[in-house]
Amino acid sequence: MILATALVVGALAVYVFDFARHRPETIAIGTGDGVVKVRMQTVAQLGYGPKADWVSYLIERPDGEWAHSTIFQVPAHSTVEFTILQYDNATPPRNPFWGQVIGTEGDVIEVDGESTKVLDPTKEVAHTFTMPNFGVYVPLAAVGNDAKNQCQVAPCTEDQAHRTIKFRIETGEPGTYRFQCIIPCAAGFAQGWGGPMQTIGYMDGLMEVV
Amino acid sequence: MREQPLGSTDPHPSDARRHARRLAWACIGITLISAPLAFWVLGPGLPPGTESFQDDNQVWVNRVILAFVLPIYLGICAAFIYSFFAFRDRGRAAGDAVPVADDPRVQRWWIVASAAVVVFLWAFGTYEWIWAGVGSGGGQGPVPLVRPDGETLEVQVIGQQWHFTYRYPSYGGMESPELILPQDRQIEMHVTSLDVVHSFWAVELGAKADAVPGFDNILYLEPLDPGAFEIKCAELCGLWHGQMYATGRILSPSEFDDWASDHRRATAQITGFLPDYAHVYFPQPEYRGS
Repeated sequence: MILATALVVGALAVYVFDFARHRPETIAIGTGDGVVKVRMQTVAQLGYGPKADWVSYLIERPDGEWAHSTIFQVPAHSTVEFTILQYDNATPPRNPFWGQVIGTEGDVIEVDGESTKVLDPTKEVAHTFTMPNFGVYVPLAAVGNDAKNQCQVAPCTEDQAHRTIKFRIETGEPGTYRFQCIIPCAAGFAQGWGGPMQTIGYMDGLMEVV
Repeated sequence: MREQPLGSTDPHPSDARRHARRLAWACIGITLISAPLAFWVLGPGLPPGTESFQDDNQVWVNRVILAFVLPIYLGICAAFIYSFFAFRDRGRAAGDAVPVADDPRVQRWWIVASAAVVVFLWAFGTYEWIWAGVGSGGGQGPVPLVRPDGETLEVQVIGQQWHFTYRYPSYGGMESPELILPQDRQIEMHVTSLDVVHSFWAVELGAKADAVPGFDNILYLEPLDPGAFEIKCAELCGLWHGQMYATGRILSPSEFDDWASDHRRATAQITGFLPDYAHVYFPQPEYRGS
């Protein structure tokens, strides 16, 4: 009896500790030709797993495979070029100010190859890549509602309807910086702010500068 | 010291007076040392700081209160320690303790002295809050009891998960992700939120107010010197609450004007998309996501 109780308590403790320690995979991204290239995608729904209908970021591993993670490492004092493939439709931000680009190289981003400083928050923005403690605010352009071949299951491919957003930042000193989507885009949650908006691995993540 | 036999109901009045005299002298000595120490030595280092007229005033209030309460606290500690040694068990047979006898003079003095201290602190705090010219806006609501003298620069704090932004209605309603304030100007801050309850706390400026959706909480502050100050959210508000901090800056008047005109120009396009300046916002639709 005592042994059985100890086994049950031990198993519960292992489960709780394992759950508490769980975090998404960390994607280490090294320098290539002097510029660190981070490729991410945002999808309207993951399409698999226990939270298949949750909106999410994904990160590309150095081997080209897409990982369902939002934690990545980049070197300190380096230039990081982000390429974000955005597959979701528009969701207007509660604060239209988030249509403004701030903190990138030149305070600009490229959307499908065209340089811009502002996206129309009422219809052009789907998500944001926002790092408040790093001073970077990037709106991510939306796919039109009537676009053909829209992605349903991640990882999405480049032949599916998407927008390509590119920008550069300088990393500076080592540290860990959170990023988030600042648009309440969690369908089915009150004011769009629950579930994936509150979970690392979906619409929140970490940039570790090492 | 003459011993009071345990179990006796016949206290020696001279003993009681002796103990009272000793304690009284100890309290006088403690007060003479600790009150000036609290006011002049410890006091200037009390929080929140000296970066604004308001927190300068808060430090002054904290110094006065500490100078009053520290001697009282130390006097109680001294009475406890004195009793611990003077009335300790000396190994005689246990018996009934000496009954406590009423002493109306002691009671009168206790009530009068306690009431005087409490009433003084209430009156002093109320005067500083309302009549000292710092403004009564501490985030209690949209109608401050007292406005500070002179003109104010209105700045709005907008909370959302997990970032504060700031609007400047005097500069075309421009918005900034960074709080920049001019030196030596009275600032009237209107604090609200777009989603859940946050709490805007400019630590070194002594300014704090809840950011509540649909509510406009006003506070006043007057930055004194150029420099930086911490901003934190002081209300648990979700996943990144602990990361909802930032650094604000106080600029000289001319630097502030330069910053404001540059920022207004740089954000002119997005300002066109912002709702008209208001003290509260109700963004639609209520439910988001697609």
